[in-house]
Amino acid sequence: MARAATTTDTFNAIAEPRRRQILDLLADRERPVNDLVDLLGLPQPQVSKHLRVLREVGAVHVRELGRQRLYSLNGRALKPVHDWVQPFEAAWSERFEALDAVLDELKKEEGHGGD
Amino acid sequence: MAVTSQSAKVTLPTDTQIKIEREFDAPAHLVYRAYTEPELVRRWWTAKRGEMTVVDIDLRVGGGWRYVMESPDGFEVAFHGEYREIVPGERLVSTEVYEAMPDAAALDTVTFEERHGRTLLTILVEHTRKEHRDAHVESGMEEGLQDALDLLEQVAATL
Repeated sequence: MARAATTTDTFNAIAEPRRRQILDLLADRERPVNDLVDLLGLPQPQVSKHLRVLREVGAVHVRELGRQRLYSLNGRALKPVHDWVQPFEAAWSERFEALDAVLDELKKEEGHGGD
Repeated sequence: MAVTSQSAKVTLPTDTQIKIEREFDAPAHLVYRAYTEPELVRRWWTAKRGEMTVVDIDLRVGGGWRYVMESPDGFEVAFHGEYREIVPGERLVSTEVYEAMPDAAALDTVTFEERHGRTLLTILVEHTRKEHRDAHVESGMEEGLQDALDLLEQVAATL
């Protein structure tokens, strides 16, 4: 089966652990490349290469501010990944709600049984 | 008492892993019991999606487990595995095989962490191949299956 190129498929782009780490770092705020280089402990060319891949699938945005390039996360591009995991997550959520009910009963039993 | 139910948090830490986390308003020894006693597992594992027709749990290292669930329309799904490590109330490691995909065995590490009477349950599922991990995320539940079919259709359209 043909596999979509890393540069056109969000799933493949974020399959690389370092790129996922970059997305995590950008999740809370916009950051310049140097920030990412420091936080990741990787050489700048490597970080730039990962950023380029993420930019090509639209997972990050970049804007120029003076001499800096600031990167930020584009949640919309990650929506397919979220949509993919969502039914699995929903199934477990339902299962855990049923578990909540079982636990409530066990707590009552323990409270009254005094063991 | 109705506790605001929270959703499970699912993340994909690496290409071959799935991590499922959820906090429960109960001490760890009770969550562990609900997780390992067949009569209790029977009451929550299928949620409202079907009946459990088999819950076998031989809770010892090297012992086996097998769950079979039947959906209202008669569709049966079965899972089995073997316990590898057991620390009562704290940690449970076992293999997991979805019987419709017998080659895709996973290793499940379940941890029960109690804090102030509440318990954080973490299930780490580790597959050996990304394809198996992906199939796991896509399989098992009706909606998941539907998504997988949609995805397959999209992929097929590009070939």
